[in-house]
Amino acid sequence: MKQVARWFAGGDGDPSLQKKRMVRRSLAVWLALVALGWFWLIPAYTSAQDKKPEEAKPASTEAPKPAEAAKPAEQAPAPATRNDPGGVKTGDVTILGEVNVADPGAPPDPKDADYANLKKAYDEKKKAFDEFQEMNKREPLAAKVAAAVGKNRAGINMTWTLITGFLVMFMQAGFAMVETGLCRAKNVSHTMAMNFMIYPLGMIGYYVCGFAFMFGGFGSAPTLGGPPVMDGVWSVGGWNLIGTKGFFLQGEFYDMSVFALFFFQMVFMDTTATIPTGAAAERWKFSAFMLYGLALGTIMYPIYGNWVWGGGWCSQLGSKLGLGHGTVDFAGSSVVHLQGGVIAFWFAKMIGPRVGKYNKDGSVNVIPPHNIAMCVIGTFILAFGWFGFNPGSSLAGTDLRNAASVVNTMLASATGALAATMWIWKVRGNKPDTSMMCNGMLAGMVAITAPCAFVGSFSACIIGLISGILVVEAVFIVERKLKIDDPVGAISVHGVNGLWGVLSVGIFADGSYGDAWNTVPGTVKGILFGDAGQLGAQAIGALACITYMTIASIVVYKVVEVTVGNRVSAEVEVEGLDVPEMGAMGYCGMVMDKASESPVSR
Amino acid sequence: MKKVEAIVKPHKLDDVKTALTQVGVQGLTVSEVRGFGRQKGHKEQYRGAEYTVDLVPKVKIEIVVADGAVAAVVEAITRAARTGEIGDGKIFVSALEGVTRIRTGEKGEAAV
Repeated sequence: MKQVARWFAGGDGDPSLQKKRMVRRSLAVWLALVALGWFWLIPAYTSAQDKKPEEAKPASTEAPKPAEAAKPAEQAPAPATRNDPGGVKTGDVTILGEVNVADPGAPPDPKDADYANLKKAYDEKKKAFDEFQEMNKREPLAAKVAAAVGKNRAGINMTWTLITGFLVMFMQAGFAMVETGLCRAKNVSHTMAMNFMIYPLGMIGYYVCGFAFMFGGFGSAPTLGGPPVMDGVWSVGGWNLIGTKGFFLQGEFYDMSVFALFFFQMVFMDTTATIPTGAAAERWKFSAFMLYGLALGTIMYPIYGNWVWGGGWCSQLGSKLGLGHGTVDFAGSSVVHLQGGVIAFWFAKMIGPRVGKYNKDGSVNVIPPHNIAMCVIGTFILAFGWFGFNPGSSLAGTDLRNAASVVNTMLASATGALAATMWIWKVRGNKPDTSMMCNGMLAGMVAITAPCAFVGSFSACIIGLISGILVVEAVFIVERKLKIDDPVGAISVHGVNGLWGVLSVGIFADGSYGDAWNTVPGTVKGILFGDAGQLGAQAIGALACITYMTIASIVVYKVVEVTVGNRVSAEVEVEGLDVPEMGAMGYCGMVMDKASESPVSR
Repeated sequence: MKKVEAIVKPHKLDDVKTALTQVGVQGLTVSEVRGFGRQKGHKEQYRGAEYTVDLVPKVKIEIVVADGAVAAVVEAITRAARTGEIGDGKIFVSALEGVTRIRTGEKGEAAV
């Protein structure tokens, strides 16, 4: 054991080579494990998953009677492919308005704990299926029309999901603009590179195992005509914790409804991933950032995502404990923004403030942004992308409540921007600060992200108003009281307002939408409309998010610290990260005014 | 020969250039600089943190003139760059040791 530990630590001898050896050896072992997983464990596991439904059926034909042996074609069960990689079978008989006429499959096992409910659901499905088969025989044209309607419905919903997902992808550009504009010119190439690289990096991690952890046990994507192939989950005592199926989107996950869901969820994950790059900007090593990016897509984000969106325990609080509809988060105030904000908080805290930000007596120096125009353009790009982020989360173009999501998003962004501007102008300072206006609009949109489909327009205005005030106060508290250097305000915009957003569902949801959300009958109501349990579920979900993400952030940060180190040296930071980290200046050929880029102090 | 360095407000550069060409100056060098004088700076706020704006953008014009022309040049710059407000700038005159034209190798007054 000691010899193994010594080998990992780089052996004895020359200390300058030791660190290099240690990093190389750890990476080599890690890569070997990944290769092992890729070529052996994962294919073995996914093929074992696919075998299970087929194993159940042949048992019934093990003992064929002699008279029936002459008809082997009718005896053999149909192969249990439930997925639709070609996208041609989906919608034909799977969705037809409110009635699902898909094949109900095998009857439930009487030994199952939940047999009564499962049997009831199975009987309903079987009845609908049998009725459809009857109608198919009597009126084939009606059946064909019904199938076409179902197919079109799936098509509309999938188009909606994909197009709104494209808008969310464009938010990557918005984040890149905002973050780079608020940092200094000497770090342009590096900040942009982080915001650029997080997009493919998170994507790959999410494809490899993130989506499987998050949606492995989700069931089906009903609006997309999805067959119920997402049925691999690990639970403890009936509480679902993590998905176990769908690595590399192989096996039954090779289905078009699953692919559309994967794409949509992946761009949301990328939004989370790009939040901490702003908080730790201007002093974060690129290699450390890349390790974080992989960790986020594979492990950090999907776990809590499963708990709220993937059928995990937070969403089960309603059906199991009667707390409203469980943790309800329409488009991700907690899953996306609060998670990102908590990571941003801990990374900014642990990596430390930028050189020159704080004086010895604790007073704050101003490090002005180098391009406010970039910040404003980026904010508008984000606002545009949010029109995909919020209404797209219904995953249904046929869901007319999307109009409410859009209007609420707009209103909250407006009141957020106005409130932040007025607060910092009249209450807190003497000039309306452009970067704070932008943060205010973003804060409004972050806060409305969870409740957008559940609240009325007036509530949306109030939510935005409060978020505008919260973001200004949070910036002051984080920078001055907590002494955490956050160049772009990521903690205040995403962390604080993500928390406010997820709690506001439990306050302002007015019961006009959300029937059967998280399998709980009835629409989603907040405490102001009669359901105090909803606020409780929201609080539990928020607490779970903060707790889990705190642990995950600290663990990942420490692991990266031990392998490659997180922070660049002071000389590199003062010179600017562009040349030392990325190899070339971002603004090569432009004269950079040294007097304006160094911290401006009292 | 004397070197005349004038630090003026950036928006006055065109007026000063015109005045100098009218006086007969045949070459000048312009650079963008920052600085402060007796008025120091004033306090501003960015996202709630206070800071002092004391380095103000200015333009520095450097001209080399013959001894006899110094007074006319200084008067021309002063007339053109004056606004009457604080921060109009200053003019420094210093003695020059030597001048060389790089293309021909001429030295002294002929090189100006």
